[in-house]
Amino acid sequence: MSPKARRMRFVLIALAALFVASGLILYALDDNLVYFYSPTDVQEKHIAPDTRIRIGGLVEEGSVVRKGNDVSFRVTDLSNSIPVRFTGALPDLFREGQGVVTEGKLTADGVFIASEVLAKHDEKYMPPEVADALKRSGQWQGKEAGGS
Amino acid sequence: MIPEIGHFALVLALVVMIVQAVIPQIGAATGRQGWMKVADMAAMTQVLLVGIAFAALMTAYIQSDFSVLNVAENSHTAKPLLYKITGVWANHEGSLLLWIFILAIYGAAVAVFGDNLPPTLKARVLAVQATVGVGFLLFILATSNPFIRLDPAPLQGNGLNPLLQDPGLAFHPPFLYLGYVGLSIAFSFSIAALIEGRVDPAWARWVRPWTLTAWIFLTIGIGIGSYWAYYELGWGGWWFWDPVENASFMPWLAATALLHSAIVVEKRDALKNWTILLAILAFSLSLLGTFIVRSGVLNSVHAFASDPTRGFFILLFLASVVGGALFLYALRAPGMKLGGVFAPISREGALVLNNLLLVAAAATVLIGTLYPLFLDALTGEKVSVGPPFYNATFVPLIAPLLATLSVGPMLPWKRGDLAGALSRLKAVFAIAFLGAVLTLWLAADVTPLSILGIVLGLWLVFGALAEFADRIKLFAIPLEKSVNRARGLPKSAWGMTLAHVGVGVMVLGITISDTWQDEVLTSARPGDTLQVAGYDLEFQKIGTVPGPNYQALQATFRVTRDGELVTMLYPSVRTFTNPPMQTTEAAIRPTLLGDIYLALGEPDGDGAYAFRLYYKPFVIWIWLGGLFMAIGGLVSLADRRHRIGAPVRRRARPAPGAAE
Repeated sequence: MSPKARRMRFVLIALAALFVASGLILYALDDNLVYFYSPTDVQEKHIAPDTRIRIGGLVEEGSVVRKGNDVSFRVTDLSNSIPVRFTGALPDLFREGQGVVTEGKLTADGVFIASEVLAKHDEKYMPPEVADALKRSGQWQGKEAGGS
Repeated sequence: MIPEIGHFALVLALVVMIVQAVIPQIGAATGRQGWMKVADMAAMTQVLLVGIAFAALMTAYIQSDFSVLNVAENSHTAKPLLYKITGVWANHEGSLLLWIFILAIYGAAVAVFGDNLPPTLKARVLAVQATVGVGFLLFILATSNPFIRLDPAPLQGNGLNPLLQDPGLAFHPPFLYLGYVGLSIAFSFSIAALIEGRVDPAWARWVRPWTLTAWIFLTIGIGIGSYWAYYELGWGGWWFWDPVENASFMPWLAATALLHSAIVVEKRDALKNWTILLAILAFSLSLLGTFIVRSGVLNSVHAFASDPTRGFFILLFLASVVGGALFLYALRAPGMKLGGVFAPISREGALVLNNLLLVAAAATVLIGTLYPLFLDALTGEKVSVGPPFYNATFVPLIAPLLATLSVGPMLPWKRGDLAGALSRLKAVFAIAFLGAVLTLWLAADVTPLSILGIVLGLWLVFGALAEFADRIKLFAIPLEKSVNRARGLPKSAWGMTLAHVGVGVMVLGITISDTWQDEVLTSARPGDTLQVAGYDLEFQKIGTVPGPNYQALQATFRVTRDGELVTMLYPSVRTFTNPPMQTTEAAIRPTLLGDIYLALGEPDGDGAYAFRLYYKPFVIWIWLGGLFMAIGGLVSLADRRHRIGAPVRRRARPAPGAAE
C-alpha cells in the first residue's frame, strides 16, 4: 500500500474517532447538563419539577433543623428562599449564614430535595455562583474578593 | 535581606533565560559551536539562580518572616515545621516558583545527560526550554512576585487552609508539577525537531525516557491527590470529575498516548508527525491545567487567588506557546519524511488505535471541563457538568481501548494475525466470561456497567499475564528455562506487563468498590453499636483531643467481628483557629479485601452524633493499580537502553522488531 493511501486511512480512522466522540459529547451534553439557579430564579422561571438543577445561595439563619441524618434548611438570596431537604452527611463547611450550593430536584409543592450539598469553601470565600446570585438580587454586601 | 536576595536571583535568572533562549538558537542556525555551548552553562547557572530564589522563599517560611506578604498571607507561627515548608508551594506565587524551579532542573538535566545528543539538537532543545521559562519568569516577576514586602509587618500570619495541612496534599503538587513540567522536555524536543526538520529513532529514544519520567510523576501525583480526597473530604469518594482533577487528568491521557506513539517512532520510524503533535498537545494541556487551576476561573480548594491580570497573562502565554507551536508544526510537518509502512492489524495499528482513543477521551474531558466556562462567558448561564456526562462520553471511549489493550501486545510489528492473537487469549476470555457469570450471580442489583468493569478488569490483568507467559514460553518449555527467559527479557517488557496489570487492577477496584459498597448513614450515641458488612462497631466514647494548631473532637470505636477484636477506629473532626475552619478526619481500616470507612459528622445537640459508615470492598486496588503503573514505568525507565541514552545518531534504521 502506498504511503499516501496509508496516510489517508489514518486520517479516515481519526475522523471516525472524532465523529464518535463528538456524537457522544453532544448526546451527553443534552441530557446531563445541570443548570444553576438562584432562589429568585426558581420563583420566577417556573422550573419543571423533577429536572435536575442546582440552587445556590446562603443557608438562612435559624432555618437548619436536624433529625439524625435528615436535615432541612432554607437557601436564600435574601430576596427569596427555597426550602431544602437532604438526607446524608453535610460537608464540613456547611453552616447557617454561609454560602451553599445544592443539587437535586424540585417537587411539585416547591420543596427542593437535594441529593448533594456542596460547601467546600473556606470561610473567607463564597462560591462565585452564589456571589453572583446575591449580586443579582441586590443583596451583595461583601467586598469584591469573592470568587477565589 | 534574604527575600531581596531571592528576588534579585530571580531577576538574574530571567536575564540568563533570555540569553539561553536566543544565543544557542542563533548558534545552531549559523553553525557556531561557541554560541551553542552557551546553552549548557546557562542551563546550569539558571538552576542555581532559581534554586537560590526558592531557598530564599523557603527560609522566609521557616523563619515565619511576616514582613514578606506571601508568608503573612499563607503561614502561621503555630504551624508544624513540615507544613511551613510545604506551605511554600501551597499558594499561587510559591507554586509558580516551584514550577519554574522544576523547569530549570529539567533543563539542567538535559544539559548534563545530553552529551550524546547531536550538538545542534541539544542547543535548540535548551533554547526552546528557556523560551518557555522566560514566559513564566516574566509572569512571576510582573504579576505574582512572592518576595513583595509588607510594611508594617503583621505579628501573625493568616495560616494555611487546614484542608491542605495534610501529608498527602503536601506532596501532591510537587509530583504533579514534576509531571506537568516534565512534559516540557518532550515539547522542547518536538519544537527543536521541527526547527531541524527531521525526526529519527534516536530522537524518540531520547524523548521516551523523559516522557516516561513525566508520566510516572503525573501518575503518582494524581494517585496521591485522589487518595487524599478519599480520606480527607470525608464522603469516601475518590474522583469527582472536578475541573481541577480533570486539569491533571488530561495531560496524563495525552502523555500516555505520547508514551506509546514514541515507541512506534523508536522501533519502526513511523508516526513521527503524530508523535510531535502529541508532544505539543500534552504540554499544552499541562499549561492549560496550570491556567485552569491558577487563574481562579474555577473555584475549589486549589484556586488560591483570583486576579484578572494573571488570568489574562496566562491566557496570552498559553495562546502564544500553543499557537506558535502549532503554527511551526503546520509549516514544517508536511516536509517530514514518512517512515515505516504497516498494515492495520499490527502492533503499530493497535498503538494507533490506542492513541486515537486516548486523545478522543482527553477531548471529551476537555469539553466537559471548558463547556461551563464558555457557556457562562457567552450566555451568562451557569451549568455544571458532572459524572453523568463523563459516564456517557469517557466510558464508551475508554472501554474499547481497554478491550484492545490485551490484544495489541500480542500482535507483531508490521503485519499481524488477529485470529492467532485472539486464540492465544482463549483462556483469558474464559476467565473474563466466568467473572461476568459470577458477578450476575453475586450482585443483587447488577448494572451492565458493573459486568463490563469486571470483564474488562479480568481481561486486562490476565491478558497482560498471558502475554508475559507467552513471551517466556511458560509451560511450553521446562520451567527453569522460562525463568531464564524472563530474566533475559528487557526491563521495558517487565515494565509494560506491570503497568498493564495495574490498569486491570484499577478497573477491578473501581468496579468492585462501586458495585458492592455498603453504606450506613446513621446517628449514634456512646454505647451504641453500628454494623456494616459483618463487623460490629461499638461506640465507646467521644472527647476532645488537643493538636498542634487545632482541637479535635474524637470518637473511639471498638471494631469486632464475631466477638473478636479487629481494630480500634478514631474518627475525628478538627477545628482550626487560623483560619477558623473544620476538617473531617475519617478513620479507615484498609485491607486488600476492603476498607472500613468511618467519618464523624455533626452532633444533633441531644448527645448523638451523625456518622457515615462505609464498607468499600477492594477500594485500595484503585491506588494499588496506580502504583503498579508507576512501578511499571520505573522498571521500564531502568531499561539498559534508556540508561545509556541515545546512541550516536545513525542513518540506518535499527533492526526492526528486536526485543519488543
